[in-house]
Amino acid sequence: MTLPRTGPSGSLPLTYDVAVVGAGPAGLAAAASAAAAGCRVALLDAAPAAGGQYWRGRDPGVALSGVDVMTGSAVWFVSPGFSVHRQGGGTVTAGRLVFATGGYDRALPFPGWDLPGVVTPGAAQALLKGSGVPIGNQVVVAGAGPFLLPVATGLVATGVKVVGVYEAGDPTRYARAPGAVAGAGGKVREAAGYLATLARHRVPYRTRHAVVAAHGVASVSSVDVGRLDRSGGLVPGSVRQVECDAVAVAYGFTPQLELPLALGCATQLDPDGSLVLSVDVAGQTSVPGVYAAGEVTGVGGAALAEVEGRLVGAAVALATGHPCPLSEVELARLLARRSALRRFAALMHRVHAPPAGWPAWLAENTVVCRCEDVPVHRIRAAIAELGATDGRTVKSLCRPGMGWCQGRVCGYPVAELTARWLGRPLTAGDLAAFAHRPIAQPVRLGDLYRHRP
Amino acid sequence: VTAHLFFDGRRVRVEPGQTVAAALWAAGVRSWRTTRETGAPRGMFCGIGVCFDCLVTVDGTANQRACLVPARPDMVVTTQLGTGR
Repeated sequence: MTLPRTGPSGSLPLTYDVAVVGAGPAGLAAAASAAAAGCRVALLDAAPAAGGQYWRGRDPGVALSGVDVMTGSAVWFVSPGFSVHRQGGGTVTAGRLVFATGGYDRALPFPGWDLPGVVTPGAAQALLKGSGVPIGNQVVVAGAGPFLLPVATGLVATGVKVVGVYEAGDPTRYARAPGAVAGAGGKVREAAGYLATLARHRVPYRTRHAVVAAHGVASVSSVDVGRLDRSGGLVPGSVRQVECDAVAVAYGFTPQLELPLALGCATQLDPDGSLVLSVDVAGQTSVPGVYAAGEVTGVGGAALAEVEGRLVGAAVALATGHPCPLSEVELARLLARRSALRRFAALMHRVHAPPAGWPAWLAENTVVCRCEDVPVHRIRAAIAELGATDGRTVKSLCRPGMGWCQGRVCGYPVAELTARWLGRPLTAGDLAAFAHRPIAQPVRLGDLYRHRP
Repeated sequence: VTAHLFFDGRRVRVEPGQTVAAALWAAGVRSWRTTRETGAPRGMFCGIGVCFDCLVTVDGTANQRACLVPARPDMVVTTQLGTGR
C-alpha cells in the first residue's frame, strides 16, 4: 500500500507534532512534557485507560492538558512519515514519534510451565489489580527481580496464602555496590517495605532458589523448588516439592519493540540479555524523528521510565521549534537522576540475572514454543543435526516463534538455547530473529479493506 | 441483579470491569483452550495480551484473547479446540 511520505523535512500538513505510543509512566511523562512546551501531542494506548501496566486502574496524577489521549488504540503498524495505524481503523499522522511501549514478563521454560495455573507475575498482578481476582489460594511466586515483591505482597494483602517467594538472584550483592544503591534510595525503601510485609505474614522469602518443575493433571498442584549455587546451577539433592494451586514465575522483562523495529530503528544487547533500542543522549533512535523512552531503551522500572519520558518530551519540543519545557536546573537534575537510575538498573540486572543453569532443568519433551508446540529435542536437533548456527535458522527449521505470539514468549529462551548449544555468547542478532513483527497486533482483513488509503 | 456469562453451558458470574479470563478464573476455571498439536489444556499465561495462550471462542468468534476481552452479561464463551475452526 502507498502511504503519504512526510516527516521532519516533509511538506504535507501534519495532524500532530508528535505521537506518543504507550501511555505508561514513560509515555505519560513524554506527552505531558511535550504538551507543556506547546507541542500538539497524540498519546495512544491499547488499554481502555491510560497508565500502562504500572498505574493500571490508579490515577497516574499526570496533567495531560493539551494532549489528545487515544485509549483503546492498539497500534498495529507505523509507516515512515509518520503514520500511526490503529487496530480497527483510524490513522494518526505526526512529524515525530515517541515509542514508550514498555515490556512484558520474560518467562523461561521448565518442565510443566505450560500447565494451567502456571502464569507470569504480571498476569497475577493484572488479574488482581485489574479484575480483583487473586491468582490462587496457595500461591508460589518465583523467578528473579524486584517485581516479585509487590506481586507477593499484593496477594498477601487480599488474604491469599503465598507459600513462598523464590528469588533466583542474590540480593545481598546490592550491598557490594553502595554507590549505585544510594543513587536510587526510594527503591531500597520500597523493597524493605515489601519484605517487612512478607515477614509479618510469615511468607518465606528464599534467595538463590528457583522453581525447576511444575506438576499437576488438569492444573498445577505442586512445584519442585531447588537451591542454586554461586554460578546459578542447581545444588544436587536440594530439590523439594511445594504444594500450591498457582505459580507466578518470570525472570525480568522483555521490551516490546515491534513498532520501532518495523521502522528500522537500531538495537543493541542490554546487560540483562534483552534486545533494546539504541538511543542518543536526547533519547532519539537511529531513525531521525523517532524517539524512545522507558523499558524499550533498557529495562529499568517506572522511576527511570518517567525521567526518560520527561527528557524525551523536552527533546521533541526543541526539535519542533518549541521552547524547552524544563528549566536549566530541572534539566540538570533529570539528567543526573537518569544516570543514577541507569547505574542502579545495571546493578539490578547483575543481581537478578536469569540463573545460568536453567537449560539443565529442561526435559527433552519440555515445550519451549507454547504456540507451535515445539519441544526441546526439536530445537536441539535443528542445531546438532541440521546445522543451524543462529536463531533465525533454528526458527526456520523447527518453527519456534512462528505461532500466534510471534516469538514474544519463546524468543529469548530459544535465542539463549541456540547460543548455549553452539558454545558462544548470546547476540543481538539471535534475539532480533524473534523480535521482527511488521504487523504488531492482530488485524482483520475487513478492517484493512475498509481503511485502505 | 447478578450478571452471568455462559461458559460451555455453565453459568459464570460476571463482575463489572472484569475480563473474560478473570470471570472464568474467579469461577475456578483454569483452562479454556486445547493446543493444536498435542491437545494440551491452556488458559491464562501472560495476562496482558502478549502470549495468545488464553485464546477462546466468544459468541462464536474464535481466537479472542480472554485476558483482554471485557466480560459482558449473557456472553457465550466456549472452549476453543485447536485452531477453533
